[in-house]
Amino acid sequence: MITLTHYLVLSAILFSIALVGVLRRKNLLMLFFATEIALNAINIAFAAISKYYGDLTGQMFAFFVIAIAASEVAVGLGLLIIWYKRRGTIDLDSLQTMHG
Amino acid sequence: MEKYVLIALFAPLVGSLFAGAYAMKPKRLITGIVTSALLFVSFVSSLILLFDLLKTEEAVRVKLFDWITTGSLNIPFGFVADQVSVIMMVTVTLVSTLVHVYSIGYMEHDKGFNRFFSYLSAFVFSMLVLVMSDNFAGLFIGWEGVGLCSWLLIGFWYYKKDEPKEVNPSISPSWAANEAFIMNRIADLGMLIGLFIIYWHIGSLDYNVVFAHVNLLDIAIITMMGIFLFIGAMGKSAQFPLHTWLADAMEGPTPVSALIHAATMVTAGVYLVVRSFPIYSQIPNIGFYIAALGAFVAVFAASMALVNTDLKRIIAYSTLSQLGYMFVAAGLGAYWVALFHLMTHAFFKALLFLGAGNVMHAMNDELNIFKMGGLYKVMRWTAIFMIIASLALSGIYPFAGFFSKDKILEVAFDAQHYILWFMLWVGAGMTAFYSFRLIMLVFFGEERYKKYGFHPHEAHWYMLAAMAPLALLAIVAGFFEEPFEEFVTQLLPEYHVHIHGILAVALIGLTTLIALSGIALAVYKYSHGGFSPKWKETFIYKLLYNQYYIPVLYEKLFIEPYKELSKIAWKELDLRIVDATVDFIAGIIYKSGFAGRVVQSGNLSKMLRWMVIGLLILLVLVIVYSPVR
Repeated sequence: MITLTHYLVLSAILFSIALVGVLRRKNLLMLFFATEIALNAINIAFAAISKYYGDLTGQMFAFFVIAIAASEVAVGLGLLIIWYKRRGTIDLDSLQTMHG
Repeated sequence: MEKYVLIALFAPLVGSLFAGAYAMKPKRLITGIVTSALLFVSFVSSLILLFDLLKTEEAVRVKLFDWITTGSLNIPFGFVADQVSVIMMVTVTLVSTLVHVYSIGYMEHDKGFNRFFSYLSAFVFSMLVLVMSDNFAGLFIGWEGVGLCSWLLIGFWYYKKDEPKEVNPSISPSWAANEAFIMNRIADLGMLIGLFIIYWHIGSLDYNVVFAHVNLLDIAIITMMGIFLFIGAMGKSAQFPLHTWLADAMEGPTPVSALIHAATMVTAGVYLVVRSFPIYSQIPNIGFYIAALGAFVAVFAASMALVNTDLKRIIAYSTLSQLGYMFVAAGLGAYWVALFHLMTHAFFKALLFLGAGNVMHAMNDELNIFKMGGLYKVMRWTAIFMIIASLALSGIYPFAGFFSKDKILEVAFDAQHYILWFMLWVGAGMTAFYSFRLIMLVFFGEERYKKYGFHPHEAHWYMLAAMAPLALLAIVAGFFEEPFEEFVTQLLPEYHVHIHGILAVALIGLTTLIALSGIALAVYKYSHGGFSPKWKETFIYKLLYNQYYIPVLYEKLFIEPYKELSKIAWKELDLRIVDATVDFIAGIIYKSGFAGRVVQSGNLSKMLRWMVIGLLILLVLVIVYSPVR
């Protein structure tokens, strides 16, 4: 029997993978992938909890997240392309223009 | 009549603001004319009030608005024109109008011409607040106001350098101004305590309320009030031991010395004692102390004037000595006599100072009377005015000083304080001597100024014209003694001298005799070449010439230890404790900022790492602090 706990554990594992990806990757494109994984980990949790409580709000929210993630990717990729055209690289460390 | 009270009070303020608007501009004659005219308006209003008061015998009261109202404390901004304040108003506005006119000539080449008139009118306004206020708080405001203006005016030539004594025997104006201000501050603290005591025990500062209730208080409390108020009076009227500032205040322009440091401000202390007569008449012991101090100062200051060579300082010591006379009268309960001497003294002392101003002008600001001599030929009118003033100061019949000063001596004799009388009598002789020593050395004898290359000239006609009314008053003011007594004793307690007949004549004769012999001695000695130089070697001459070494004593006793103390407070306390603490705190913040700066590297992945760490910390906190189900 697959219970809520299994879904939540899956969600947590996916989120951790995303977090490590965000922290470790230097390629901006990979960073985007990692954030997408993180968002979808949250979506799983939303859907599972929604089903568990019999409340549709969580699922609705998951749809919103998917929509917003899609638009974010559209904008983000556009910016990324401009950045690549300017600098010839999408390495994260090349974004550093300010120093503390 | 309220209208005239307000005009008299605020006309000088308007003048001051007008002249103040031109303060940074080059000389404009209009400032001098406008301020003088406004003061004349103020004088005329005071006169109208005086005549009205003579007719109706009813004081005019004006309440402008509530000034301080907190809890049970209610101090209105109110003014009163009663017998005492009207006398003061007329004296103050008359002398200051004349001094303003005189100053137009005296300050004509000064670059601070407009500024000078602004300060001078502001002073008159403060002085009027002082004398017209109907409560102690207003009096205190005026008291501080005149102190401030006095500071501004003594230090008027603040840009003069502080030179060593060998180069320039006089001190720098800014130093003198500070000395005067600080000395007065010490005394004002005493006065403030006096006011606190009054408020604490009576619950009001209004003259009427205070004086109506003061006799219900315990005698010890009244004594405290009397002592602390008198400390304030001692500072403003430069009584021993707070007297050193007055002679040094002569660094200011001479019209200032005439108006502030002779005729008006320094008499504020006497005014305070006269005004607070219901307090002082309860405590004759303190009154006697005041009288004794006054007599001491009268002789003490006169003795310093005997040997001084500085034209203005001689007159300044003379002022000190005359203030002593006033305090004798006030202390012995003859308040109206004190007020009378205050008034006549204002006239002839202002005249004397203005004359000295003419001499200084003629001599290019030279002050040493041994470099003058024979000036009568070139400055006849100035000489005549100064001789009139000196005769009045010496108390020769029929000049004003004779009436007022002689009355004080009679009061002292009548109160059976024969020692005080004797001191005052000796003081009268000294007064006559130093006055005519000055006259002889400046106006007669050998023309020593030629040796030093001076080309003296008489002052402008309008400067002399401004002195003429004062000269007239110095001659005739004494004849108003009886109407004056009748007028002011409507408010002040009466004082009758019980000496009649042969004794009274003998006393007057004795006083006149010593004054005349003082004059005769001075005239004889200085027309025959003066005293032998051996005099200057004697101990007593040196003692007097160095002002009893009191300035030196103060320097050693107060100023130098204070300097040392300040140094310790600075190096040990301030630098090591206060600054160190502040620096330590600042250092911690600075260093932690320096260490934490690396967080803001601008590198995205590093910032993400910090974000995750923060997230984890928050998660841990949530887990730890989440309520247990």
